[in-house]
Amino acid sequence: MRSLVGVALFVAFVFGAGAQVSYERVLDGELDKGHWLTYSGNYAGFRYSPLDEITASNVKDLRVAWIYQLPDGGHVETSPIVVDGVMYITEPPGTVSALDIQSGRRLWRWTRPDQDRTKTIGFPKVNRGVAVLGDTVYVGTLDCYLVALDARSGAKRWEAQVAENRTGHSITVAPLALDGKIIIGVSGGEAGIRGFLDAYDASNGERLWRFYTIPGPGEPGNDTWGGDSWKTGAGPTWITGVFDPDLNTLYWGVGNPGPDWNGDVRPGDNLYTSSVVALNPDTGTLKWHFQYTPHDTHDWDANQVPILVDADWEGKPRKLLTTANRNGFYYVLDRETGEFLHGTPYAKQTWAEGLDENGRPIVIPGTEPTEEGNLVWPSLQGATNWFSPSYSPASKLFYVSVREMGAYYFKSDVEYEEGAPFMGGGERALKGDDAYGALRALDVLTGERKWEFRLQSPPWSGVLSTAGGLVFGGSMEGNFYALDAESGEPLWDIQTGGSIAANPIAFAVGDRQHIAIAAGTAILTFALP
Amino acid sequence: MKGLTDVLTLSLVLLSSGIAVAEGDVAEGAQGERLYQAHCAICHGIGGTGGRGPRLNLAKLRRAPNQPALVRIIRGGINGTEMPGSWMLSSDDSQSIADYVQALGEREPEVVPGDATAGRKVYEAQDCAACHIVGGTGSSLGPDLSDVGMRRSAAYLRKELVQPGATSPDGFIMIYAVPASGDPVEGMRENEDSFSVQIRDANNQFHSFRKTELKTFRKQRGKSLMPSYGQKLDAAELDDLVAYLASLQGDE
Repeated sequence: MRSLVGVALFVAFVFGAGAQVSYERVLDGELDKGHWLTYSGNYAGFRYSPLDEITASNVKDLRVAWIYQLPDGGHVETSPIVVDGVMYITEPPGTVSALDIQSGRRLWRWTRPDQDRTKTIGFPKVNRGVAVLGDTVYVGTLDCYLVALDARSGAKRWEAQVAENRTGHSITVAPLALDGKIIIGVSGGEAGIRGFLDAYDASNGERLWRFYTIPGPGEPGNDTWGGDSWKTGAGPTWITGVFDPDLNTLYWGVGNPGPDWNGDVRPGDNLYTSSVVALNPDTGTLKWHFQYTPHDTHDWDANQVPILVDADWEGKPRKLLTTANRNGFYYVLDRETGEFLHGTPYAKQTWAEGLDENGRPIVIPGTEPTEEGNLVWPSLQGATNWFSPSYSPASKLFYVSVREMGAYYFKSDVEYEEGAPFMGGGERALKGDDAYGALRALDVLTGERKWEFRLQSPPWSGVLSTAGGLVFGGSMEGNFYALDAESGEPLWDIQTGGSIAANPIAFAVGDRQHIAIAAGTAILTFALP
Repeated sequence: MKGLTDVLTLSLVLLSSGIAVAEGDVAEGAQGERLYQAHCAICHGIGGTGGRGPRLNLAKLRRAPNQPALVRIIRGGINGTEMPGSWMLSSDDSQSIADYVQALGEREPEVVPGDATAGRKVYEAQDCAACHIVGGTGSSLGPDLSDVGMRRSAAYLRKELVQPGATSPDGFIMIYAVPASGDPVEGMRENEDSFSVQIRDANNQFHSFRKTELKTFRKQRGKSLMPSYGQKLDAAELDDLVAYLASLQGDE
C-alpha cells in the first residue's frame, strides 16, 4: 500500500502545485468556480455553483464518476470542500479524509482517537465538514476541540480546546474560515450549556474572542431569563454561518433554549436563542439580533444557513438576509440593521396566527407542550432543519427542503445536572404516510411558493442550485435527483441505496463539472460521460 | 387526513382510559406509567396488551431479555421496524418506563375466550393457509402468522378479522396503479420512494413502476386484500379462531 499512497500523493501535489486557499480566493467565487472553497460555496450562503456544463438538456446522461465508501460507516452528514484537485471530507465520528477528485482514491486520513466514547447529548455522532485556509484544514471534534491539519499530509499542526466535553459541549459544525481567523460554534442544546461562538487565530489556535449567545448578568438581554435560568439556557451554534465582507458582519444562527420543551423554568423571551445574531468578526461584539421564536418550547433551533441577497426592496436597493426557519416561517430581514421586512409561512404550521409588524409570532394559545401531548405542526425536527437551502442568482428563487410533519409535544419535569440531558419532554411524530416532504422554490423577496417537488417522506438533504439551471436534492429513501430550477420538473434521478442526510456540492475536474453528495455511508460523484 | 384523525381519536381514547388503569393495580412507578401512556400505549396498548406494536405484558420480552436491553430499545428504537428511538427521554425516564413495562409481565395474562384447538379447525376450514404461513406451511400472500400471538393482542386480532386493514401497521397500504400502457395493478405496497413504487398483487407477483409512467396512482388507506370474517363466522367460531391465533407464539 505504501507505493500506492506515494503515487496518490504525487498526483495531488501536481494538481495543487503552488496554490493555496486564500481569503481573497473565497471572496472571488467566479475566479475559482471549479472549486468549492467554503461550506456554502460562497460567504453569502448561496450553495450555488457557477458551473454550467450540466444543463436541463443533458442532465439525463449524468452518471457515476466515482464512489468513495467510508470504511467506518456511521451517520454521514459531511459537506465536502474541494480545492486544487483535492476533496476534503469528514467521516464520523472523528476522521478527516483527503480524496483525489479525479479518481476518488484517498490521499490521506487523519483520525482523532476515542470519539466514539464522547458525550453527544441529543444528537448522533456526526460531523458536517471542514474549512480550508492557506495550506491548513480545520475541523471541530466531538470532544470539543478545534484541530488544524496540514492539507498535504493530514499531520496535526495544532489543536485548541473549545470547551470541555464532560459538560455536554461538543462540535459537529463545519468551521468558517475568514481572513486569518477560524469561526466555530458548539453543540449542546440538550445539555443545558451556555452557548457561544468562538474565533481562533488560524495560524496558532489562540482564541481571539468568544460571543456568548446567552447574555450574562448586567448585559442587555439577561433580563429575558427568569432567575438563574440563563446559566443553563443552551443557545448552541451548530450550523455554519455566513459573512458579508462589505459590511464586515458575520451572521450566525442560534439554537433552542434549554430545557427544550419545558419553558416554565425559564420565563421570558430567552435571548438570543432561536435567533440570528449579527457580529463584528474582529471583536465578536453584537451588532444586532433578530429572534424568530421568542420563548421557544418546541426545539426550533435557528440553526439554518441564512442567505445574503442584495435586491431592490420597495424601489430601493437593499442588503437582505433571508431564512426559511425551522419554525415554518420564511423571513426577509435588512442585514445592516436587523429590521424585519417580511415573513410568511412556507410550510404547514399550527402554532402562530402569523407575524406582527416586528416579525414577532402571534402565538396561538394552547400550542405549548403538555404532559398529555399536544399536536402541533411542524414537528420537533421543524419545517426544515440544519441541511442547507440554496439561492440561485439566475432564477432569483430560494430552494429549501421542507418537512411536512406534525408531532405530539410533551413536557416533563427536569432538573439540571452537569453533563446530563436537559430537555424536559419530547415528541411523538406523525410518521409513515401521515407525513411527507418537498423541495420548494420560493420567491426570494416574498416567500411565495413558485413550485414544489413532492418527496415520499420528510427529507434531511440540503439543496444545490447551478448555473446550468438545475437544482439537486436527495431523499431519505436514497433518491438523488435533479430538477429544472425554473419549473421544478424532475429531469434525472438515481437510487443511491442509502439515506441522504447531507449537502450536495459541485466542482470541476479539468473542465468537467461534477456533482457530489454523501448517501448512506459513501460519497458519490456524478459527471456527464 | 384520515390517518391523522385515526391517530388523534385513538390517542384520546387511550389517554382517557389510562385514568382507570392509574387508579387500579399499579401503585408504584406512577412516572413510568404516565410516560408509558404518553409515548408507548398508542402502539403497545394500555397495560401492554399490544396493538400495532407487540404485546409487552409478557414475563420475558424476546428482544429485551433484561432491563438494560429494554432501556437501549426505548432510547434507540429497533432498526427496520416501526419502533422509534426516544432519544429525548432522560435516562431516568427511560428507566422508569422500563420498570413499568417489566412490571406488566407480572400481571395476570389476558383471558382469551374460545378454544385454540377448535380455532385451528376453523383456520383450516376457512383455508387461511391459502394466504398465510404458520410454522413454515401455507402461502405467503399475507403476513406470516407463526408468532402473531406474541406480536398482537387478542383484541387486535379480532378487529383485524372483522375489519381487515382498519389498523394496519405503518407502511402497510394497498395501491391501485394504472400504467400508461397495460392493465391496472392492485396490491400491497412493498416499497416506495419519490420516483418509484413496488407492488405485490393478489397473485403474489411483483410489479415495479416509475411513478411518471402511471396514469393513476392511488393509496387505498384502510383497504386490505383480506376479506372480513365478521359475517362468515359465528361468534363461537370467531372466539375460537382468535384463541388459536393468540396461541401462536413462534418457535420458542
